[in-house]
Amino acid sequence: MIRFEDVSFRYGSDQWVLRDLDLSIEEGELVVIVGPTGSGKTTMLKMIDGLVPHFTGGEMLGDVVVDSRSIRGTSPIEMAETVGYVGQDPTATFVTDRVEDEVAYAMENLGVSPTAMRRRVEDALDLMSLHELRERPLRTLSGGQRQRVAIAAVLAASPRILVLDEPTSALDPGAAEEVLSSLTRLVHDVGMTVVVAEHRLERVLPFADQIVLLGPDARAISGSPRSIMEGSPLVPPIVDLGRVAGWDPLPVTVREARRRSGDLADRLSTVTPPSPSLITGEVIASVDDLSVTYGGPWVLHSVSLEVRAGSITALMGRNGSGKSTLLGALAGMIPADRGSVSVDRLDPSTLKATERISRVGLVPQDPGLLLYCQHVGVECTTADSEHHLAEGTTAAAVERITADLDHDRHPKDLSEGQRLSLALGVVLAAEPLLVLLDEPTRGLDYDAKRALCIELRRLAAEGRAVFLATHDVELVAMVADRAVVLAGGEVIADGIARDVVRHTPAFAPQVAKVLAPQSWLTAAEVATALSGVES
Amino acid sequence: MRRDNRPHGVAWWIWALGLAAGALRTTNPVLLLVLGTVAIMVAVARRSGAPWGGSIATFIRVALIVMALRVVLQVVFGQQIPGHVIVTLPSVPLPAWAEGVSIGGPVTVEGLLTALVGGLRLGVVLICFGAANSLASPREVLRSLPGALHEVAVAITVALCFAPEIIAAVLRVRSARRLRGRPTRGLAGLRGIAVPVLEDALEHSLQLASSMGARGFGRRPAVVAPRRERLAIVGVVVGSLMVLIGGYGMLASSSSVPAAAWVGILGAVMATGGVALSGRRSARTRYRPAPFGIRSLLCALSGWTAVVVMSVVASVAPGTITWSAYPLTWPSLPAGVLVGIAAGLLPLLVAPRPSAVRIGEPIGAMAVTS
Repeated sequence: MIRFEDVSFRYGSDQWVLRDLDLSIEEGELVVIVGPTGSGKTTMLKMIDGLVPHFTGGEMLGDVVVDSRSIRGTSPIEMAETVGYVGQDPTATFVTDRVEDEVAYAMENLGVSPTAMRRRVEDALDLMSLHELRERPLRTLSGGQRQRVAIAAVLAASPRILVLDEPTSALDPGAAEEVLSSLTRLVHDVGMTVVVAEHRLERVLPFADQIVLLGPDARAISGSPRSIMEGSPLVPPIVDLGRVAGWDPLPVTVREARRRSGDLADRLSTVTPPSPSLITGEVIASVDDLSVTYGGPWVLHSVSLEVRAGSITALMGRNGSGKSTLLGALAGMIPADRGSVSVDRLDPSTLKATERISRVGLVPQDPGLLLYCQHVGVECTTADSEHHLAEGTTAAAVERITADLDHDRHPKDLSEGQRLSLALGVVLAAEPLLVLLDEPTRGLDYDAKRALCIELRRLAAEGRAVFLATHDVELVAMVADRAVVLAGGEVIADGIARDVVRHTPAFAPQVAKVLAPQSWLTAAEVATALSGVES
Repeated sequence: MRRDNRPHGVAWWIWALGLAAGALRTTNPVLLLVLGTVAIMVAVARRSGAPWGGSIATFIRVALIVMALRVVLQVVFGQQIPGHVIVTLPSVPLPAWAEGVSIGGPVTVEGLLTALVGGLRLGVVLICFGAANSLASPREVLRSLPGALHEVAVAITVALCFAPEIIAAVLRVRSARRLRGRPTRGLAGLRGIAVPVLEDALEHSLQLASSMGARGFGRRPAVVAPRRERLAIVGVVVGSLMVLIGGYGMLASSSSVPAAAWVGILGAVMATGGVALSGRRSARTRYRPAPFGIRSLLCALSGWTAVVVMSVVASVAPGTITWSAYPLTWPSLPAGVLVGIAAGLLPLLVAPRPSAVRIGEPIGAMAVTS
């Protein structure tokens, strides 16, 4: 169905993004493209529908043949009948303002007859469970709903190939599962060919027929999930666990791992899993009976909590449950309608800018927003002079997080991970007591995530408090000591991270699911425990 | 919103244009006030629950600002109009070439009233547009444009969706700057906000364009009959111009109304013909087009009774719909015209009450989260 024939590609510069890519994707397959950030996943996806190179320019060798048409001679507009493309940020691709109109848009362009169009819109709405939302204006939808609308909008045009770029990266675990199960339904019931790029392998691996692994040298290997996972540097926790336990073949689903976990559980039965207690440092920030409305219903409703020095707290909850609002309130950005917020015993919203940023620093969901200089180097020196720091302080803070940051590059040209590091470095330059991060692992690969974890632990060890909102349960398992779960703007769980995540199926990390009722959270923990048993 | 028997979006816009035309036709402050009230009443009672439903409030605010500005400008810079002096401001002598402009000087009742009525006219026109916006989103109207104008409609739609997008981007960047403790006001703040917002906007447009391309926008079959094509274009352009001239003639009090009406009607026929001719080759189809039924027709026409009655009255008794500050008199109250304007309330009877749709997500949340 799709054939990459010795494809090499670069965007004008000297570095190849893809090198000698030779690959074929059969009809009815679900293919997952895996690779570190900046490895060309998006480029490869866009080639399938001709957006690369027709829309971006660049130099391309070889050919991509889609449904026996070469993309060299076919524009994306003509390809629209065959290929449906859903980009990383669905909101940026919406053309109309209502769910139903958006779903019908592509078909109107393709000239589908009104009766057929009517039927297909209904089908697409049903398939993506959007029936209830058909009349809603798009901007009132939640992240998961928007993603589903974007998929429905390309599905309705009944393409034979569906291409999705990180469809679940902005979604909470529940919504992600919803989207992925709709995709599997498309593959199994409709026989559609689906190509997905995704960082969080744990979410997509169970559904994949073929994995394409893009390496750092711009070359790719492909094969069945199991065979690729054998040698892959990027693996989900479950494969990590399989490696630690020495299982062969490696498990790719929780079910497989669970069925073989008997002996591992026996070996571990003599070891007590780590059971930390809550950190009892000094209270750095406290939220007391906080309620926030934006002139409508409660977004936060009598939330009370304390954040202590040296702790890493994870804030979890569905899309739209008030996580970002709570972070905003802690950073003094959002006024309280009732109750109070204090950081270092002062109300952050009344502080002067310089006083505020030395107490609390927030890295927003899109870290690029904090950066607006033309070069990385200028960004660092500006931050230094702003906070009256010795020259090079910010650069050093950034250096600690990522070593190889080219100081002459524009912040917009950096990879997600590098941008996050830079923004974090800029925020940390002011040495805030409380560090807030909103969804920090969006778009990060496992390596970048590990680097982030090390940095966060270092911050906590320095006596700062880290408070992060995230959907990424594996990150919580790796780094957090305390977890707070929000639902509908209210705190529904608050306690030791280990206990909170294990007791909520949606938030449980893979290793915990495999080894329940023993309370292990990560493969690293299991590895340490095993080495203790064996020695 | 097209599922129920609400009038067609285009009907609301025709209705509002009618009222606006009425406001331009008269200088009688009482009539202007009644026109504005009619527009606001209908908009508030029948606005849709969608996000744009509240735009009437914004437009009313803008209208009030326009009126205030007009009066202030008149007092400070306006031409000195003789009459009953209220107060004399210190004035600055200007050289001879700046004739017509003055700074300060005597403020007269007549001058103030003239400025106020001028501002009121503009304000009522703005309110009419606000009412149209509240009642039907401009996009809903653009969707109904004939196939030949589709590309234009999409360009306008994208531009329209750009405005709220920019506001959201400004809020995002502002809050991010506050996070870094940077100024959000003043010249430094403006530069710091404008650059990232424009970058954002550019990136967004590129993404949108690629998304539209990937979804088949701009597909069309090869031109079958080039001559017919050219004829159609000439028809649309010339016809539109004639509608424009006719419309101007009808509104300008000096020209002959029937002649202008004929030019306008002829132009409309030509433009429609051209559009229909070129629309035949468009490969697009339309999803669930809204019917333009009897309710819509009544709605659309009811907005225009005011102008029609005004034109008739003006030809019989020209003084009634105009008013000027010389001599200072109370404006007259022509009963017929009042009835004509009140007919603009017909949609309250014809159009059903909109069903309540609850819309969440205030803009403040987006500022930080998205």
